[in-house]
Amino acid sequence: MTDVKNLEDLFQAKIDAEQKIEPKDWMPEKYRKNLIRQISQHAHSEVVGMLPEGNWIGRAPSLRRKAILLAKVQDEAGHGLYLYSAAETLGTSREQTIDDLLSGKAKYSSIFNYPTLSWADIGAVGWLVDGAAIMNQVMLCRTSYGPYARAMVRICKEESFHQRQGYEIMAVLAQGTPEQKEMAQDALNRWWWPSLMMFGPTDANSPHSAESMKWKIKRQSNDELRQTFIDRTVQQAEVIGLSIPDPDLKWNEATQHYDWGAIDWAEFNNVVAGNGPCNKERLTARNKAHDEGAWVREAALAHAAKKAKKKQAA
Amino acid sequence: MSNNPNNWPLWEIFIQSKRGLEHKHVGSLHAADPQMAIENARDVYTRRQEGQSIWVVPAEAISASQPDDAAMLFDPADDKTYRHPTFYTMPEGAKYI
Repeated sequence: MTDVKNLEDLFQAKIDAEQKIEPKDWMPEKYRKNLIRQISQHAHSEVVGMLPEGNWIGRAPSLRRKAILLAKVQDEAGHGLYLYSAAETLGTSREQTIDDLLSGKAKYSSIFNYPTLSWADIGAVGWLVDGAAIMNQVMLCRTSYGPYARAMVRICKEESFHQRQGYEIMAVLAQGTPEQKEMAQDALNRWWWPSLMMFGPTDANSPHSAESMKWKIKRQSNDELRQTFIDRTVQQAEVIGLSIPDPDLKWNEATQHYDWGAIDWAEFNNVVAGNGPCNKERLTARNKAHDEGAWVREAALAHAAKKAKKKQAA
Repeated sequence: MSNNPNNWPLWEIFIQSKRGLEHKHVGSLHAADPQMAIENARDVYTRRQEGQSIWVVPAEAISASQPDDAAMLFDPADDKTYRHPTFYTMPEGAKYI
């Protein structure tokens, strides 16, 4: 008989040897639970993330922009599905996972509780929000759980256009009329800090981090990823002539990184707790879509049953 | 897993990227029947010309070996290097072999 301690040692040895964990492998209950939580939150973020952008599909300024935005939102639906099926390999049911989102029990990325007020926001979301998400997702391509890692590889391949189309929108607006440039700057001002919050609490305050690193679910800390994001994005803002809304932002020769100001964690906690500008609107929209889609789910089952019957009779 | 009959069953999806290559597992999705599974797989897994043929298999129809049995199943091949052509010493100067 192998006891649990022994199994845990074998499990950790596999992780340390950079072997992927697959659905049928033994895993500590907490590893399974952590992953279910993280993957389903990630899936919910993709799904809820369609809402702020969907808001502008009908009002995109050109057919080109509209086709691009449609393709991007379609990708996000697909990414949600890849991730839901990865979560399902851990023994959860799709139904339960969706119910947890609809009831408000499950979390999704707080960034999607901010509104998209102008067309420039679609630029800022692609450039900053997808940019920040990509930092995290590139790391997750090497996560220890096989189905999650494989989903992330696919997602990263598809996401790179998401960030580029957003940066392109910002670059075009920044070179446009003074009003257009102002619109781009305003969007950057509103999305900058929430984007930095996307990396999660500081390492000192991150409840799941130590275990996630030991199990190689995560491979870089929140603070490391956030710093890399800042270093890259500041340069990109300079290129298009926009300024980062942080008076404390300063290049540090000694560390070879930017120093930057303090994040308003009270705001972050408030949005996580459900009191952001759009929390209620987002959940209401998801519930409405789910309820109004009920007849489609039923009709598909009825159609399948009818076809199966016909086939049997033939 | 949910046994609610009102839920669409789970399908494993295999995509052939090019004629002549194998169908490769890409993931899974829910659909009411095989035809709808193929249509959903088209939208979910081939948005960038990844495929030219799709197989869908009911997930519950797949049986899998257990990780614990890996040694029993696969170790016997470890000491049979004579199954590889490089195992053999060929006489100097022999051609086309």
